[in-house]
Amino acid sequence: MQNSLKQQPDERGHFGPYGGRYVAETLMPLILEVEKAWNAAKKDPKYWAQYDELQRDYVGRPSPLYFAEPTTKKLGGAKVYFKRDELNHTGSHKINNTIGQILLAMRMGKTRIIAETGAGQHGVATATVCARFGLPCTVFMGATDIERQKPNVFRMKLLGAEVRPVTSGAGTLKDAMNEALRDWVTNVHDTFYIIGTVAGPHPYPSMVRDFQSIIGRETRAQMLEREGRLPDLLVACIGGGSNAMGLFHPFLDDASVKIMGVEAGGYGLDKSHAASLNGGRPGILHGNMTYLLQNTDGQIEEGHSISAGLDYPGIGPEHAWLHDQKRAQYVSITDEEALEGFKECTRLEGIIPALEPAHAYAQVMKVAPKMKPSDIIVMNMCGRGDKDIFTVAEKFGVKL
Amino acid sequence: MTNRIDTVFAALKKEGRAALVTFITAGDPNATKSLEVLKALPAAGADIIELGMPFTDPMADGPTIQASALRALTGGADMHKTLQMVRDFRADNTTTPIVLMGYANPCFQYGFEKFASDAAQAGVDGLIIVDLPPEEDDALLVYTTPANLHLIKLVTPTTTEDRLKAILPKASGFLYYVSITGITGAASANFPAVKKHIESIRKHTGLPIAAGFGIKTPGDVAAFKSAVDAVVVGSAIIDRIGVEKVSVANDATAFVKTLRAAL
Repeated sequence: MQNSLKQQPDERGHFGPYGGRYVAETLMPLILEVEKAWNAAKKDPKYWAQYDELQRDYVGRPSPLYFAEPTTKKLGGAKVYFKRDELNHTGSHKINNTIGQILLAMRMGKTRIIAETGAGQHGVATATVCARFGLPCTVFMGATDIERQKPNVFRMKLLGAEVRPVTSGAGTLKDAMNEALRDWVTNVHDTFYIIGTVAGPHPYPSMVRDFQSIIGRETRAQMLEREGRLPDLLVACIGGGSNAMGLFHPFLDDASVKIMGVEAGGYGLDKSHAASLNGGRPGILHGNMTYLLQNTDGQIEEGHSISAGLDYPGIGPEHAWLHDQKRAQYVSITDEEALEGFKECTRLEGIIPALEPAHAYAQVMKVAPKMKPSDIIVMNMCGRGDKDIFTVAEKFGVKL
Repeated sequence: MTNRIDTVFAALKKEGRAALVTFITAGDPNATKSLEVLKALPAAGADIIELGMPFTDPMADGPTIQASALRALTGGADMHKTLQMVRDFRADNTTTPIVLMGYANPCFQYGFEKFASDAAQAGVDGLIIVDLPPEEDDALLVYTTPANLHLIKLVTPTTTEDRLKAILPKASGFLYYVSITGITGAASANFPAVKKHIESIRKHTGLPIAAGFGIKTPGDVAAFKSAVDAVVVGSAIIDRIGVEKVSVANDATAFVKTLRAAL
């Protein structure tokens, strides 16, 4: 199709000026090898048959599209639907991607898996598929994140993964990714790096997007079946941006569908936050060019968000491109607003959201009342909140 | 216009000796001491100096250089100060080549065009940008070539002959052979394997070849000297800067002297 927004990236992994392969030469042959293997796997029906079977029987897909009636009534505007990816095995959308990547790793004959994690959801999803396929797994996790995501750390260990604490920098997701890249460069011959988001060197941003697009493809079919038409607005939270890219991508060419990504506003955009598009500038980090939180000297600044999964100073390069193209609108929600969303969703819907989609929910609370009752919103409920109860309890001054 | 890197390699070829390349981070542990060490390196035996441009996220570096960059940044280092340090060095040394080494983002934020021009004017002779492989380096190369700056390319144990074809047409100054698959300051290099690989690379290029990463001791330097045109030592020197001592410059330069004696 001509002028399709779905044709990105180019053959070198560029989404307009963003993306690319900004890695040390030691990694280049590996990156090229991953790309070659991925291009072959993509065309192999047997590969997808195995992926589809695991998504159905192991993950529990398709995830339901749920009409959030109490939220709709309370907000008094657009009809609100949740895409229920928090019901997936392991509790988030992350496993959509880890299944795709571990199948690829095994095709390539790799015998050891590494991953980075922030909130621990990607770490758990990686440790899970490693347990399932019997591969050793090392997960790099910032020491600060280990402290605030204890349940997921324990979960990873139960699944047989080694969780390696990263103390460099602020000990969060960015530092975990640095350390994972350092490990990969050291163990190039046997190791596959399962990146958890739509960032990193090409082919990761588009590969992870293709795995996560199962969210948007299902949503599209379910919406057509249920309402006989496409939604008017998609809302998803963004750290690196994988759940959002997965929901958005199949709708990019549907001009009637508005797209809204929700960044972590932290303490506020004039203070400490993790909103790369709203508060950053283009730069180069972790293998790609994209919007980054940085100072004038190009030194990367630590993000802040109440949600460890959004606490990343960059964003996937395709989001950077969609932002410049104005195809998607990127807004931000503060910690306080996200906590309100968390409370409201829990009480109204009987669904405890992860703090990440609580940002998306808080945005829905803002926009739904301004829309018509005939309008339809789909929000991606990309993770469940069990992992966050300690953080939330502390914020509410409750001792567990 | 000749480049100091070419001059040094030509002279050492006649002399039949490999070059000693020393790496320090600009501004580590602070601006004054760092300049003091920089100025003392040529007399201690450094033939070429790599000056690290500090970056918050040095993904190819081990703990030593990570800590060194962090000390520099905490001490207020930035790209303007790094270039000023080169100008101050050039005030009394016009012959020792300086190669700036670091990561793409601080250069990109400075502006590739202005960076290449300011670096050349300050007296820089070459650049090593670790995360700018041939696939992504055109945006900088268009400015470094007219400025007479060598954009030095990296070759690694994972580099195949096919891959060399992508790297060599863009290489100038010298080839930097990363002698381990890993990060700086890590386990020592496997010398026989490196030697064999470097010999095969020489069939495809006449550029001088320097080996770095995992070379730490005068013994390592002695082992490498016959196979390469230059040996690079970084983390082992920075280890002498990082510890709080009375005279950082004396400790670092005394160690550099022992490295040079091994050549």
